Amino acid sequence: MHLAPTRVSPFLLLIALFFSAAMVGCDSARQAVRFHAADVTGVPYGKDFRLQAVDGGERTLADFRGKVVLLFFGFVQCPDVCPTALTRAVEIKRLLGSDGERFQPIFVTVDPERDTAAILREYMRAFDPGFVALYATPDVTRKTADEFRVHYAKVPTGSSYTMDHTAASYLFDPAGRLRLVASHSASAADVADDVRLLLRER
Amino acid sequence: MYSLRTSRSFGLLVSVLLGASAAAQVTVTEPWVRATVPQQKATGAFMQLKAEQSMRLVAGKSPVAGVVEIHEMAMENGMMKMRQIPGIEIPAGQTLALKPGSYHVMLMDLKQQVKDGDTVPITLEFVGLDNKKHTMEIKAPARPLNAMPGKASGHGEHKH
Ligand SMILES: [Cu+2]
Repeated sequence: MHLAPTRVSPFLLLIALFFSAAMVGCDSARQAVRFHAADVTGVPYGKDFRLQAVDGGERTLADFRGKVVLLFFGFVQCPDVCPTALTRAVEIKRLLGSDGERFQPIFVTVDPERDTAAILREYMRAFDPGFVALYATPDVTRKTADEFRVHYAKVPTGSSYTMDHTAASYLFDPAGRLRLVASHSASAADVADDVRLLLRER
Repeated sequence: MYSLRTSRSFGLLVSVLLGASAAAQVTVTEPWVRATVPQQKATGAFMQLKAEQSMRLVAGKSPVAGVVEIHEMAMENGMMKMRQIPGIEIPAGQTLALKPGSYHVMLMDLKQQVKDGDTVPITLEFVGLDNKKHTMEIKAPARPLNAMPGKASGHGEHKH
């Protein structure tokens, strides 16, 4: 095309706009079909964390390069959501077969007051010894949750308290980029499909 | 301290001991408690309740827990919230499931670890339409922490 910028007719511009809009539409439609979970590729949050591992030392996302990380925030004194999410992670790993070695569930406690390293270690062991539990000071925990747009709040019940918290799981590609957010109700099979897609990307 | 009996075969039976007054009105099937790790202070009990006439589950007691509450889970804007509720209505003739994602009997201030295969006694308290209190003792087998919700965990639980 040899049109000088000043000579582009408004009509052509409209057509161009129409097509680019249509393409964006197709693109997002294709993405929605591609993954079961919500595609959040490129969002400005959820870049990294720096947290304590139960066996000592710190962990950041870079420690898990080459693996698809499933990040979940929860607490041990939780009768329902957290064991359900972790049990799903066990099932996802099983469904992945040999790819399961490149699948890394990470549990971050939002209740560092009660969830000591010792409890977290036992808790992970009850699900899968390969799962990683991380914790931090209340301050760093809050900052980390904010970075991932995870909400949590302490709520008194009886003589004790419980934690309201975001129940979604975050999936990172092998390069450590936040890619998907899987809802609490997503099936193990759907998440396993998504993990496989992320592992096969090139 | 109350000592837990370990009985894996127990789950094969319909695990209900009927209190005299509630016997005719409420049936509890497939009760189970999620096992805990050492020092874990809370867990949930799940079961199915069926009543001939409308009943309300209002309270519970257990020798393993200092505090027992009736709880409901609810998802709100992607946040999972757990709340104590005054009771659960069991409509006449219907089966009401206490299961992960909805209701549970919350066992708090645990006095000991609940291990996979343990049997946990729980006394449930119901109120009928006549406003009378009925109690019932159940024996809920503990399932491993990673028990799949809604599925028997391979311990041969009685299935209906
Ligand atoms: Cu609860």
